[in-house]
Amino acid sequence: MSTACVRTQFATIQGIQTELVRGGCGQIVIFLHPGIGLFGAGSFINVLAKRYEVVAPSHPGFGRSELPNWMSDIDDLAYFHLDLLRALDLRDVILVGSSFGGWIAAEMAVKSTERIAHLVLVDALGIKVGHRESRDIADIYGLPRSEIDRRSFVDAANKPDVMTMSDDDLAIFARNRESEALFGWVPYMHNPKLLRRLTRIQIPTLVLWGERDEIVSPDYGRAFAAAIPGAAFNAIENAAHYPHIEQPRPLAQQIEALGQAAVERRVSA
Amino acid sequence: MRVFNFTEQPYPDAWNLGFDSLRVNLPNRLCEPQVAADLYHRYYDEWMLADELGFDIMVNEHHSTATCLSASCNLTLGILARITKRAKLLALGVPLANRADPLRIAEELSMIDVISRGRLVMGFVKGVPFEVPVANSNPVRMMDRLWESHDFIVRAMTHRDGPFNWEGRYFQYRNVNIWPRPWQQPHPGVWITASSLRSAGPIGERGLVLATFLTGYKTRDLFRRYHQGWKLKHNTPVPADRLAYLALGAVARSEAEAHRRAAEVARYVTTTGIVAEPFRNPPGYATIEDNVRMLKQTGRGPRLVPTRDGRMINIAGQPSVRDLIDAGLMFAGTPDQVYRQIIEFEQASGGFGNLLLMLQGGALSHADTVDTFKLFGMEVLPRLREYQRATQALEHDEVAA
Repeated sequence: MSTACVRTQFATIQGIQTELVRGGCGQIVIFLHPGIGLFGAGSFINVLAKRYEVVAPSHPGFGRSELPNWMSDIDDLAYFHLDLLRALDLRDVILVGSSFGGWIAAEMAVKSTERIAHLVLVDALGIKVGHRESRDIADIYGLPRSEIDRRSFVDAANKPDVMTMSDDDLAIFARNRESEALFGWVPYMHNPKLLRRLTRIQIPTLVLWGERDEIVSPDYGRAFAAAIPGAAFNAIENAAHYPHIEQPRPLAQQIEALGQAAVERRVSA
Repeated sequence: MRVFNFTEQPYPDAWNLGFDSLRVNLPNRLCEPQVAADLYHRYYDEWMLADELGFDIMVNEHHSTATCLSASCNLTLGILARITKRAKLLALGVPLANRADPLRIAEELSMIDVISRGRLVMGFVKGVPFEVPVANSNPVRMMDRLWESHDFIVRAMTHRDGPFNWEGRYFQYRNVNIWPRPWQQPHPGVWITASSLRSAGPIGERGLVLATFLTGYKTRDLFRRYHQGWKLKHNTPVPADRLAYLALGAVARSEAEAHRRAAEVARYVTTTGIVAEPFRNPPGYATIEDNVRMLKQTGRGPRLVPTRDGRMINIAGQPSVRDLIDAGLMFAGTPDQVYRQIIEFEQASGGFGNLLLMLQGGALSHADTVDTFKLFGMEVLPRLREYQRATQALEHDEVAA
């Protein structure tokens, strides 16, 4: 399948102008991007588009998607994306979320899996497992930029390079940062109620984690997986917080294996 | 012209210890309670003197910092309401967007107004970016929260008929009925700080007082926007008391001594921005355009300000006292020199009726501060009061254009 099929489009969801990258054919994979947006996600989307139809929306407030003034919390984003599935009539989707996008995916799945066949959480944010004076999620608003980069990327060459971006891309980069703060400032990057709600997820779930992630540790990821009935956990080697940027092919292979296992379960049932 | 005597109430002993951040993450073991107590009492004594000399008084608040021991405008003004007799008491300002409970603010401000028998002036501010990590307030949509909080406080202060309901976007109350209600009617005057052209016009439209800090020769543009906003809703010229300008100040019998004191006060400029990198620019605090500009520059970049004769000075460097005077950021010298500098600047700015003057800063000693206050109070202040009486209304013919 030619990667030239992957294009940026616009749709209006609940009256909100929404940017989305779409292409490929086959079962639908929804990719919910992290707080940095779709920077660096091209390879991953193109690899997936060889076997699936990928739909990668920009959340309201990110990329070129509109942000209505009334939107202010993670539930607004979760309901928005559930509405997007219905508006575009997408069914039996594999819902993949990275980091902040993984939080949104988990919040969607505890509300309704009517249109979701499988859930894949990649270095997802969203829960708190530690105690009140501990940090499960590194404070990206309190650490120097160099430290954030070190914790997020195995290879610094993989980080979005603001010194070479156009003014338009810089504006998107800055806007993404602002929008992630709007939704994730307090409680910091999590919903205190989400952990106990994860038992509501009754679909095959895979939790994947960069083994060198120091924004949220693999142990945090294992706790996330343990709270979702039947979820599997796998580490991705040579990746930190963004395996979709640093290890797009191994990540795509893990997703394909999940889909394959589900097919085998259906066939043998 | 009214002159509001201001100090940040600094803790300068912690400034020279080699830390690269004076705010947020400077451990508080460096704040010795005995030293802090002596400083608080000394600053309050100086303000009592200022009150006797005819100054008005301005206080501010900052958090988790060695640059300012006043962690609460309201608490500081509560003390001053009791120990001063006649000075206006200006809070500039209460950081409304960082406060989760505007009811508490309304109650405390009303108490200050009643205890001082009607001397409170309430300034509301967005606050510097460094307060955001301390308050843990969301840096996005701060001005929305500020205006709802402002509207609520004014309503709470002016409603007299028993409890009212407020279910706003950001604040929720069901029984608002503050005791005491304020002394001044309909409520104490409201000041808002602004340094961007974008925010000056709406403040003028609302008829609130606009205060600007250290904007030098860019102040005229700001005041012009204020006038334009004012004209949209008012039929009279802008009264002088609607505009306020903050500068640093020092005065002594000799120019040399005045410049020595000025250099100490001016340590404000070189220390105020010393804060760890993550806390300088929280997302949403600055506009996207400003963020794009900041992303494109490496390092912190110069901050260039114009002088009276068009020269540019980098105040992020190590500006001299002369530089600061030339840029309209400081008035320093003998009483006569200071008076002339103030009047020249006031005219260049398009006119303002409130001068906010930081006459104590850094490690300027109690003795030097007292001498400064007395000299200014006796030889500059009376002339400034006369000056105001001589000018009835502001001439601002560029507004019509």
